[in-house]
Amino acid sequence: MRLTVNRVQYDIDVEPDMPLLWVLRDELGITGTKYGCGIAQCGACTVHLDGLAVRSCQIPAQAAEGSKIVTIEGLGTPEALHAVQQAWVEHQVAQCGYCQSGQIMQAASLLDTNPDPTDEEIDRVMSGNLCRCGTYPRIRAAVKTAGAKLRGA
Amino acid sequence: MTRAGEIARRAFLVGSAAIAGGVAFGLYAVRTPHANPLLAGLADGEATFNPWVKISKDAITLITSHADMGQGVASAQALLIAEELDLEMGQFQISFGEPAAAYYNRAMADESLPLMATDERWTSESMRTAAGSLMKLLGIQGTGGSTAMSDSFDKLREAGAVARETLKLAAAEESGVPVGELRTEAGAVLLPDGTAIPYTDLAVKAATLQPVTEVRLREPSEWRLIGKETLRVDMVAKSTGTMTYGIDLDVEDMVHAAIRVNPRKGGAVKRLDASNALQMRGVQKVVEVTGGIAVIADNTWRAIRAAEAVDIDWDDAPYPAEQAQHWEAVAASFTEDRLDRTWRDDGAAEDVLAEAGNVVEAEYRSPYVAHAPLEPLNATVLVGDRHTDVWTGHQLPRILQQHVAAITGHEVSAVRFHNQFIGGSFGHRLELEYVKLAAEIAVQMPGTPVKLTYSREEDFAQDFPRHIAIGRGRGSVANGHVEAIDLSIAAPSVSASQMGRAGYAVPGPDLQIAAGAWNNPYKLPNFRMRAFRVPELAPVSSWRAVGAPGAGFIFDCFLDEVIHAAGADPMLERIRLMEHDVSRKVLETVAEMSSWGGELAAGKGRGVAFVESFGVPFAQVVEVTDTDRGIRIDRVWAACDAGTIVDPVNFEGLIQGGIVWGLGHAMNCEITYSDGMVEQSNYHVHQGMRMYQSPEIIVRGLQNNHKVRGIGEPMVPPAAPALANAIFAATGKRIREMPFDKHIDFV
Ligand code: FES
Ligand code: FES
Repeated sequence: MRLTVNRVQYDIDVEPDMPLLWVLRDELGITGTKYGCGIAQCGACTVHLDGLAVRSCQIPAQAAEGSKIVTIEGLGTPEALHAVQQAWVEHQVAQCGYCQSGQIMQAASLLDTNPDPTDEEIDRVMSGNLCRCGTYPRIRAAVKTAGAKLRGA
Repeated sequence: MTRAGEIARRAFLVGSAAIAGGVAFGLYAVRTPHANPLLAGLADGEATFNPWVKISKDAITLITSHADMGQGVASAQALLIAEELDLEMGQFQISFGEPAAAYYNRAMADESLPLMATDERWTSESMRTAAGSLMKLLGIQGTGGSTAMSDSFDKLREAGAVARETLKLAAAEESGVPVGELRTEAGAVLLPDGTAIPYTDLAVKAATLQPVTEVRLREPSEWRLIGKETLRVDMVAKSTGTMTYGIDLDVEDMVHAAIRVNPRKGGAVKRLDASNALQMRGVQKVVEVTGGIAVIADNTWRAIRAAEAVDIDWDDAPYPAEQAQHWEAVAASFTEDRLDRTWRDDGAAEDVLAEAGNVVEAEYRSPYVAHAPLEPLNATVLVGDRHTDVWTGHQLPRILQQHVAAITGHEVSAVRFHNQFIGGSFGHRLELEYVKLAAEIAVQMPGTPVKLTYSREEDFAQDFPRHIAIGRGRGSVANGHVEAIDLSIAAPSVSASQMGRAGYAVPGPDLQIAAGAWNNPYKLPNFRMRAFRVPELAPVSSWRAVGAPGAGFIFDCFLDEVIHAAGADPMLERIRLMEHDVSRKVLETVAEMSSWGGELAAGKGRGVAFVESFGVPFAQVVEVTDTDRGIRIDRVWAACDAGTIVDPVNFEGLIQGGIVWGLGHAMNCEITYSDGMVEQSNYHVHQGMRMYQSPEIIVRGLQNNHKVRGIGEPMVPPAAPALANAIFAATGKRIREMPFDKHIDFV
């Protein structure tokens, strides 16, 4: 099986139903994508599949073949932060940080299609991402800041 | 048992008369500092001045020994050292260090005494000093009870100052310029001519000097970092997926393990058949562990799937099988023989209530709740010939070492513990079972590192939740004011359950049954507060703020009921009854922030609550709207006084998050037992708050408290009662049981 992750191609030999999450983490060693629930309830495992935010715990490896997979590591790096990551750092959103890869990937996907979301739109799109530390107020603010950055405002 | 363990067992008399009576410690032992653990591993040319600072020619390393589970304490500890050492954030690296007595937590002693935080009589202060000395003698290293800042505030600034003065001495000897003419700035010693000698260039010289110990700490007016906006050291890593948590570790030649342990916690295995699992791809071994099995495979997912495929018959639980029986046991415990302690008996509540015409009576319930931090439990263990290595995030490193040593057979000192950043704890990482299970597996795989990862389902099933409690209140009013309250709370002892698992007996009354209920610095004319101890039920554990979320909810809501019965204003009556100035100011502040008393739109209601926990008086006002789709939480105003605020950006975020936590669990979370097993298996049935429900939260921290306190927990207890009181104000409905969604809908 061949997967394209962060523009790199990997040949892997796994069960077709192994979730993409575990392929990334345990087979490829790409660990920024997190395991939180395994049943699409927390969003910690969110990655982009052809530009759309998806729960990688729900995507069988086979279904990801041929798609462009982007993880948090492919969005930006500490040296070259993506606008969403910049906003996250400016607002100091993270507490334990464990949910934040997923939050950031979800927000980046939202802003990609709608760089000026209303509060209701932010709530609707971000509410599938659980944060046990309760960083929601700052996530909301950071999404707005990131939107403004992306709009060049 | 080791001698230290024996002393611990006898002397760890948490909150007992032995401390109150003044155990005589050898003054010499109390004054002698513990050895600096950095000395042992020091390379040539490296200098260390105390257990917290190490400098080589390439790097400055600050040891932040308190565990970081998201509360930002790694950054805050480093900041305190950097303040006095004249380092900028970013000029140093941090390390959690190794377990050592030198990192004992003096402040934890304060939380182990049956004293009101506002009680500062000299007898009480000397009890605290004595208990602190005991922590030192026993070398108790721990993070918890919101103590990291109180423990660190002076100690780490002093460590920074000692390092700074010693580096200046080194620069003086190198340059020939007298020490008095040297300054320090941004990681360098400055000579009068402006030449800057980086600290790293002074490491070799400094290594030859005795640390300077007479140091002066800076005045608050001189602070560059404390109280200022700084960037947390872990923020960029946590925003880029580059932070490595325990669950992300990849140790060379590591195998992956998953467990299945009897969901009737503490029960045995009756029969098991692993033949299916053994045939699954990637599975190397199925081994027995206490209460269940572990599968070892080449990948986490394969291990979890195979563990689920093992066919197992479980034996019964050592506690009642059904939730109703748990409640019955609590309800049956309001008896004289289960009276644990009468915490308050001011005035004559019993007599006044016997005479009173109208008595307000109510019963409250606080359920079991799971910790469920987002990073599932995990630990990596390697059992070698001479050492055991443990990589995980944990709050009690030295107790962990003892437990692992007992399993792997190595000396305690041969258990090398490598603490990790933690993806949330809320009390989960005070427990030892997951580390012990990882050690049990690793001992059966000598020479091979084993990473044990819990599935979310196993994490829920094996969690030791917050204890349950029932509160019964009777109250009376006179002349428009609260006249008398007689409150009883019955609960199992979380301290006995948790410390028992760690191997310690806890004599004396339990400090948590009534925490948040007896210690609020109100002066009620007549107030009796009694705690009743329920015999052990299911195992329970410290859950963020421990006793105070349950008992604080019970106390504050019942007080609100009596205030309403008196026809008084909930805010003004609380302010009138408050006898502690710092606390009264907190209430007045939250009233002012929220413009308490103003007109509200139709359908809206506001509730106020005040609970003191961990030495922090905390008041919150919650505003809700009763919509046709249910209750919507619109806004929260929060005021507290934790003394000096070290990191204001983190302070605000932590408080907002803790209020989301407190409200979310009060809305919709509980753990229940059926057939001896926890019924909730994942987040879909233990939701907490989601973003769309998250209100605006406005925070103000006062700084009149002259003791520096931590704020990892104290925001949690007032959140639930403030919400319940707001729902009453909006709807007229008193909710006396968490979670509230059993009684009312939320948007
Ligand atoms: S791990 Fe995929 S949604 Fe939780
Ligand atoms: S920051 Fe801890 S779960 Fe979101």
